[in-house]
Amino acid sequence: MQSEIRVVEKATCTFCGCVCDDIDLTVDRGRIVKAKNACVLGKAWFLDHTIDDSRPEALVGGAPATAALAIEEAVRILAAARYPVVYGLSDTTSEAQRAAVEIADLAGACLDTTTSVCHGPSGIAFEMVGEATCTLGEIKNRADLVIFWGSNPAESHPRHFTKYSVTPKGMFVPNGRKSRYVVLVDVRKTPSARAADLFVQIKPCQDFEVLWALRSLVKGVDVDAGIEAETGVPLATLRALAERMKRAKFGVLLFGMGLAMTRGKHYNAAAILALARDLNRYTRFVAKPMRGHGNVTGADNVVSWSTGYPFGVNFGRGYPRFNPGEFTTVDLLVRGEADAALIIAADPAANFPQPAIEHLKRIPVIVLDPVLSETARIARVVFTTGVYGINVAGTVYRMDDVPIRLRPALPSRYPSDEEILKGIARRLRELRAERGCA
Amino acid sequence: MGDKASLEYREVTRTVRMNPDDMRRVGVENGSKVRLRNALAEIEVTCVSAKDELPPGVLFIAYGPESSKLLAGDTHGTGMPDSKGIEVELVVPGRA
Repeated sequence: MQSEIRVVEKATCTFCGCVCDDIDLTVDRGRIVKAKNACVLGKAWFLDHTIDDSRPEALVGGAPATAALAIEEAVRILAAARYPVVYGLSDTTSEAQRAAVEIADLAGACLDTTTSVCHGPSGIAFEMVGEATCTLGEIKNRADLVIFWGSNPAESHPRHFTKYSVTPKGMFVPNGRKSRYVVLVDVRKTPSARAADLFVQIKPCQDFEVLWALRSLVKGVDVDAGIEAETGVPLATLRALAERMKRAKFGVLLFGMGLAMTRGKHYNAAAILALARDLNRYTRFVAKPMRGHGNVTGADNVVSWSTGYPFGVNFGRGYPRFNPGEFTTVDLLVRGEADAALIIAADPAANFPQPAIEHLKRIPVIVLDPVLSETARIARVVFTTGVYGINVAGTVYRMDDVPIRLRPALPSRYPSDEEILKGIARRLRELRAERGCA
Repeated sequence: MGDKASLEYREVTRTVRMNPDDMRRVGVENGSKVRLRNALAEIEVTCVSAKDELPPGVLFIAYGPESSKLLAGDTHGTGMPDSKGIEVELVVPGRA
């Protein structure tokens, strides 16, 4: 085959929440052969893709089927279910997310996203405390004190350091790295520690105690020296950090799953948000979660502006209700309550607790995924869909809630998640009309 | 795309890192198999030295299908299972 090289300029990488939109992709004979500006994760994301037409467009009961037939079976399952759950959505476009919200509404379903097993506790904390926030651009241009807490961007968000938080020169930090003081707080000394001026190693599950001690010290309230035995952090270290935070011109706390996944969860996140809020009595300080999947922030945004709540929403009464722990997917499955599941671009059968997976195996599952995931292997209906950002255009939200357009590089014979979901929604509307529902 | 069927992914999610002093104390060789268990499950993983990354008494395993077997279903009203800071027992094959 002859070489047919073309370049897709300023493509958007959807591997992580940085959503870098400055990637130049070189495409040759149906394959991305170069991803200029991409990090190691982005390169793997782009370069692994080829045009693969080998999978059927859908499976029903394990047998190849047309997408139209699979839509009929999916609608039959959702219409027959008494307590279905719609879950996933962090690795698809916001246009598809919007269609999924409509399906949940029409089906009277629970609507939940992978946020509930990611920064869901932070979402709860936002409602408890509020959020002193900013864009990544403001961090780049203003932040002279950057504190990473329970996050490891060197491995999870490799370009965060160079584009936004550690090395770039900004309007009010003209000397780049030299203008910033960088702190890492974590249980383990991750590769991110090499980028930090100060590494604070805390004992597991002691984040809340350390954050509360910092809140006290910032406010001038004394803390018992026994804090070191409890948390592993000397009081002198905490005192110095508290003073440095108050002296900063613009400080930022960037927190990861180390807070949200650990005992305390939303209280840990609330503590760090409250610390940032407290510091605004002395200087400008913000706190932001480090979001993982490429459009998990979009899922939060779309579900929030559609229903009023970010995840864990139930439409059973015809209007949205929010209750994490009741309407969130792990809980619905572990309690054996969900009687059908529509899973979009997520793989709960690979990473949920075992009791949840066991129930997922007992109920009819509908999956939309570009690959045959663990969840697809146990599903009644499987749709093969195009990959967002590679094959599919649309909108995604960066981790700081900035919407960014996708510029796909490769065609695909498979439909987008949005097309399949809109097909399901249309048939559900028709079914409701036939049954005389408004 | 992160290929969960790939050998690399399987290896990464089936490897536990451990403080080297702890490894010496319990007699675990770098790269040998150990078992991690709690009330929910028991998994077999490869143990490697964490060098200076981890303090004594703390293990690290990447989030994946194996580690998820050790997760309890209770989310304490948040939707999020306890996914870090989980207590496990380390079993060294051939030792009581």
